[in-house]
Amino acid sequence: MTHAADLPAWAALPTAFFLLLGSGLTLLGAIGLLRFGSFYERVHAPTLGTTWGAGGILIASMICFTVLQSRPALHEILIAAFVIVTTPVSLMLLARAALYRDRTENNGGVPAFEAESEGTDGEASPKSSDQKQTKGQ
Amino acid sequence: MSATILIWSITVAQLFLLAAMACAVARMVLGPRAQDRVLGFDALYVCAMLLLLTFGIRTGTTIYFEAALVISLLGFVSTVALAKFLMRGEVIE
Repeated sequence: MTHAADLPAWAALPTAFFLLLGSGLTLLGAIGLLRFGSFYERVHAPTLGTTWGAGGILIASMICFTVLQSRPALHEILIAAFVIVTTPVSLMLLARAALYRDRTENNGGVPAFEAESEGTDGEASPKSSDQKQTKGQ
Repeated sequence: MSATILIWSITVAQLFLLAAMACAVARMVLGPRAQDRVLGFDALYVCAMLLLLTFGIRTGTTIYFEAALVISLLGFVSTVALAKFLMRGEVIE
């Protein structure tokens, strides 16, 4: 911890604030992931950790390294941009896969095939409907 | 003074992130179906990436940043592959 004394107080305070903000929001999202009732509610919860959770900690890291190295440290923007781009894509794919599984197994509470326009679901149904019955979990 | 603020906030942030990882692991273990486990895994690697970033702030080196970047890249690919496996029954057709 030699570098922590080098950091002036006007930089240490925002760093601490953004660290606590980001980690607290990540913890809130994880608690929501644990406590929500159904999958379609749960899929919303971790996005709290990937938007402001990652954003707060990356801003704290940018402030800390910018002041420590006395030049702009902008490489954290790389992680921020990547997380912001990839999280909606992966969670939307996961939600569509879960919706497809619920439809093929005739679980209640999800809209039927006809309720939505046929995209990839329509062409996927005849091929793998027999596999889904045997796989279960 | 600033060292005390920084050390305590980093420690509290790491404890929060560890608790978040514990929640994600609990969802992976409890999860009634496969998609819940994949969702818990997704939250787990995001929390691990943020924990590595806090380690980087604590030690003052940028080595941890590259590990966090690799985790975020590979985690996205693994989540997409698992979602495709859940949907089609195989990853590469």
